Amino acid sequence: MNPELAEYFGKLCMELDVNSMKPLDNLGHPVSVIRDAQTLAAQAFGADNAFFMVNGTTSAVQTMIWASTSRGEKIILPRNVHRSAINALVVNGAVPVYINPGRDRRLGIPLGMRIADVEKAISEHPDAKAILVNNPTYYGICSDLATIVKLAHEAGMLVLADEAHGTHFTFHEDLPVSAMAAGADMAACSIHKTGGSLTQSSILLSRRPVNPDYVRQIITLTQSTSANYLLLSSLDIARHHLFFKGRAAYQKTIDFSDYAREEINDLGGYYAFGPELVDGDAVFAFDRTKLSVHTRDIGLAGIEVYDHLRDDYGIQIEFGDVGNLLAILSAGDRMMDVERLISALAEIKRLHERSPAGLFDHEYIDPVIDMAPQDAFYAKKRRVPMRESTGLVAGEFVMSYPPGIPIVAPGERITPDILEHILFAKDKGCFMTGTEDMNLDFIQVVA
Amino acid sequence: MELWYTDEHTRDVRFSMKVVEQIASRKSDVQQIDILDTQAYGRVLVLDGGLMITEKDEFIYHEMITHVPMAVHPRVKNVLVIGGGDGGTVRELVKYRSIESIDLVEVDKHVVLLAKKYLPFTSSKLRDRRVKVWFEEGLRYVRGKKAEYDLIIVDSSDPYGPAEGFFTREFYGTCYKALRDDGILINQHESPFYSAHQKSVRDAHRHIAVEFPLATVYQCHIPSYPSGHWLFGFASKKYHPIGDLDEERWNRLRIRTRYYNTALHRGAFALPNYVLDILKEEELQK
Repeated sequence: MNPELAEYFGKLCMELDVNSMKPLDNLGHPVSVIRDAQTLAAQAFGADNAFFMVNGTTSAVQTMIWASTSRGEKIILPRNVHRSAINALVVNGAVPVYINPGRDRRLGIPLGMRIADVEKAISEHPDAKAILVNNPTYYGICSDLATIVKLAHEAGMLVLADEAHGTHFTFHEDLPVSAMAAGADMAACSIHKTGGSLTQSSILLSRRPVNPDYVRQIITLTQSTSANYLLLSSLDIARHHLFFKGRAAYQKTIDFSDYAREEINDLGGYYAFGPELVDGDAVFAFDRTKLSVHTRDIGLAGIEVYDHLRDDYGIQIEFGDVGNLLAILSAGDRMMDVERLISALAEIKRLHERSPAGLFDHEYIDPVIDMAPQDAFYAKKRRVPMRESTGLVAGEFVMSYPPGIPIVAPGERITPDILEHILFAKDKGCFMTGTEDMNLDFIQVVA
Repeated sequence: MELWYTDEHTRDVRFSMKVVEQIASRKSDVQQIDILDTQAYGRVLVLDGGLMITEKDEFIYHEMITHVPMAVHPRVKNVLVIGGGDGGTVRELVKYRSIESIDLVEVDKHVVLLAKKYLPFTSSKLRDRRVKVWFEEGLRYVRGKKAEYDLIIVDSSDPYGPAEGFFTREFYGTCYKALRDDGILINQHESPFYSAHQKSVRDAHRHIAVEFPLATVYQCHIPSYPSGHWLFGFASKKYHPIGDLDEERWNRLRIRTRYYNTALHRGAFALPNYVLDILKEEELQK
């Protein structure tokens, strides 16, 4: 045992860091304790099967896609997906059929999918194998999942839910419907985001008729054979906590968030949006635990307010983007912390408010797609200066992280609007990722 | 059997007093509140195990937190006290007939209820007709105020737990907004002596100095507090703590005090070199 590590992490932590012993079971072939823990997790989430994942919800999303599609097959998905979904297509060669999400003009954010758009995609692509749904989006917005499940199942398609930001839905009745309760076939749950397990741990849920043994095979294609027991045990403990104490914890979170929305909206200038956005279609439901605030009306980009909160007031929130910020509150916060956030927002407005003229006003641009992601990623490519890339087809991703939703993905045309979005986000200090060039001065395009 | 109460001044330094009797013990939504009768210090108020005030030396704290700004600002009419549920600061303020209103904002009503019952030496003036008590989170209360007060006194406990928010930049900024153009902010500023408290002194001074054109500290000696050496922050939009001290005006009021006088007022702003260094270092960082 490394003594420096043991002193830093503590002895118990080191004792849990074990592997490859018979009594500990094997994540790739679970027959005892891991199987038992996964069975309990499946029960807690109302699924038929649960799989513990140690490579993040990224691996859960990818497993869902790989378990339902193969090379050349179609999958319907909203374009505002996390990069992990499109990455999965780069690897297995499935072809995306994008549904442009609804958009809120004032907020500039992508919403859920409209039912009419889903119906249209299904009728135009009856050969698609699956449909992927964000439940919810990063901003807490849900599509009408139960209706989508009905439409998809009638057409013989599987429904996959990216529930990275919706782990908590199962555990409180005032929250949007969870994927399993809505009848979805698989769901990727980031227990580490809002469920209290260690970072990188996640759970994949499935229901019959999805074959759990095939899912397990898909997982083992890319999963480490040395899964970390700190991560695994944190999932089991988090499941226990969610099941027995989750409701109270999320009630507290909802109360914090509702209170903060009211107070922030009283400040003027900011718009902390909430359930009033619900329109029965593109915003079918809103996750009230999320505290999203529109900042453009005070003349500041979300990322600028995010930076002020951290640098001037010592408050770290989830992310800020072009026109909004997102704070994730939890039962671990105290009323004092919520008051501090509200007061800091009041102060930032008092000290830095300016005209919103010239601020980029939307987070989402409908893509123009020329090639499938895999074809574009593996095509012969050339490097061009970012500023001179208009009209060319991207061979790689560009995104702000967080939230990790690609502004442009491999195979998509770089339009003037997309270029402006990229340059604006970079200029305002968003953490831009995806390109080979770490400075984002150049981009790989299809030659 | 002997019963002793120990206040942990730091992790390695303790201060104990012999207890005659436990007078009250209550767990509120906010904190654990205890009132003890002690041999040497009389009745003492303890919040979450930490010593707040003692009957024997509270006069030093409460006189210094009120009379210093009152002797500088010539026309204090509206005062806001944040924290201070024991009533000691209000007791000193009501000695000024020129004050028209005192808003006391205390998050924990049980502190006020218990003080009224068991700490009459501080709570005696909470029923003065000019005093209005608000049971509310201080940060929230101040957020809604704009240019309404001549003097704000932050009479808070230590910056761990419920009072943590009173040592933040956003709080001082909202206080600035709540003050009139010639307003003064006084705050309980912790002790510079032990490193644990010194960090609070540094944070508070750095944040206040960003928000106010004039920000300094003054000191006094409070025997029951960690190290005994205690600071208050003096932050002002206009008045200088010494340059605008009107000794004649204050002495004409004939206010009875046991600690404060105008000569001591001047001396309280004469600071030890290590404290001056702390202030200077933080001002460079703002």
